Amino acid sequence: MEETPDKHLIPPLNEADVRELKTGDRVLITGTIYTARDAAHRRMAELIGQGKDLPVELAGQIIYYVGPTPSSPGRPTGSAGPTTSSRMDRYTPAILSRGPRALIGKGDRSDEVAAALRERGAIYLAAVGGAGALLAQSIKAAEPVAWAELGAEAVYRLEVEDFPAIVVIDLHGGNLYCEGRGSYRRQV
Amino acid sequence: MKQVDASEITALVSRLYLEANFVLPADVVTCLKGAFKREESPLGRNVLEALLKNAEIAACERVPLCQDTGLAVVFAEIGQELHITGGSLEEAVDMGVARAQAEGYLRASVVRDPIFERVNTGDNTPAMLHIDSVSGEELKLTVLPKGAGSENMSRLAMLKPSDGVDGMTRFIIETVLAAGANPCPPIFLGIGVGGTMDRAALLSKKALLRPAGSANSDPNLASLESRILDHVNALGIGPGGFGGTVTCLGVAIEESPCHIASFPVAVNIQCNSARRASGNL
Repeated sequence: MEETPDKHLIPPLNEADVRELKTGDRVLITGTIYTARDAAHRRMAELIGQGKDLPVELAGQIIYYVGPTPSSPGRPTGSAGPTTSSRMDRYTPAILSRGPRALIGKGDRSDEVAAALRERGAIYLAAVGGAGALLAQSIKAAEPVAWAELGAEAVYRLEVEDFPAIVVIDLHGGNLYCEGRGSYRRQV
Repeated sequence: MKQVDASEITALVSRLYLEANFVLPADVVTCLKGAFKREESPLGRNVLEALLKNAEIAACERVPLCQDTGLAVVFAEIGQELHITGGSLEEAVDMGVARAQAEGYLRASVVRDPIFERVNTGDNTPAMLHIDSVSGEELKLTVLPKGAGSENMSRLAMLKPSDGVDGMTRFIIETVLAAGANPCPPIFLGIGVGGTMDRAALLSKKALLRPAGSANSDPNLASLESRILDHVNALGIGPGGFGGTVTCLGVAIEESPCHIASFPVAVNIQCNSARRASGNL
């Protein structure tokens, strides 16, 4: 796979912004992104099921699956790497109905999520799992915006600068996990 | 008989748990550097570079290596000539874990009951404590903060003796393949073989304590470990799961006698943040 220059993403995004990205592209995100993991997903999916508004407007936004460590004095956040995305799979089609354009996590998604991404014009990105201290350096501010009682599982608004991620599922039928494996698999 | 106060155990566990979360062991760093040199995928090298930079930042700035600061797996080897005063070993260890969580701004990642309410215990306790009785008058404590990303992809199979070494290898490969990018590759594999179901699982975790990249002292097992490593790296999963030649940094097998009709095989996957720390009292 050839190395390509980093592409810059500044949310809110429209479909054209994400459509031009391809599997394996490295992106740097600057601006506002929202965190949500298991508990927040369950609550958001419930609200969507009841036809209610969410505590944050997701249209055009980026959701990051992360549960950071508590911030020590003087830091906006603690360690903040991606968590395993597949735990969010059952809620993701509902979440996508509210229009987010990109989801960041790590690990493969279900076929249902891949189909919902295509249908809704959204992409799936991966951040490097195990690099929470490094990724935290791109987070300049963090503020809980919903369900603060959930602690690390609350929804936070993060202000990020050049937050690095890699396109895994694009809008052209690509999946980096499958393609990457295919390129480097060998017989023993 | 040597006396050790429970408060000394608490202090040691707390120190080890913090060290493990901030400082990636030197042998693991060496493995990552070696992987960076031989990885063929550019994206894979990016990932390895990020992990090495991450380890530097975590150590310098005392920020946890990973936001999943782990369920506290603690191994205690307690000498028969040692007497603990002022409290129990279990309580002392849990207090050490809780202290580390509070002082080190670690994440509270434990729920009290797994089935119904799943309420967070708030201080990352209890630890998963494994106690071995040994000769002498020393207490050796090893902490292994275990993240769920890799633990969740671990598996155990009660194979048939006729499945043999090929069946065992196949099960391990299938486990790694199914895990894909989830356990944060490059991974380490702890393999526990033999005993009962519980013994195999425990051995697979103990296998993760062996120095990263070291070979088994038994030449047959060393050769098998090396073959499994080749097979796993041939899968092409690569660093971060983005494709590459380095999927696994080490395979360690621990075995135990077992029933004539049994062949238990446990595969405990460890992530690239292979954190651990040991100390003695």
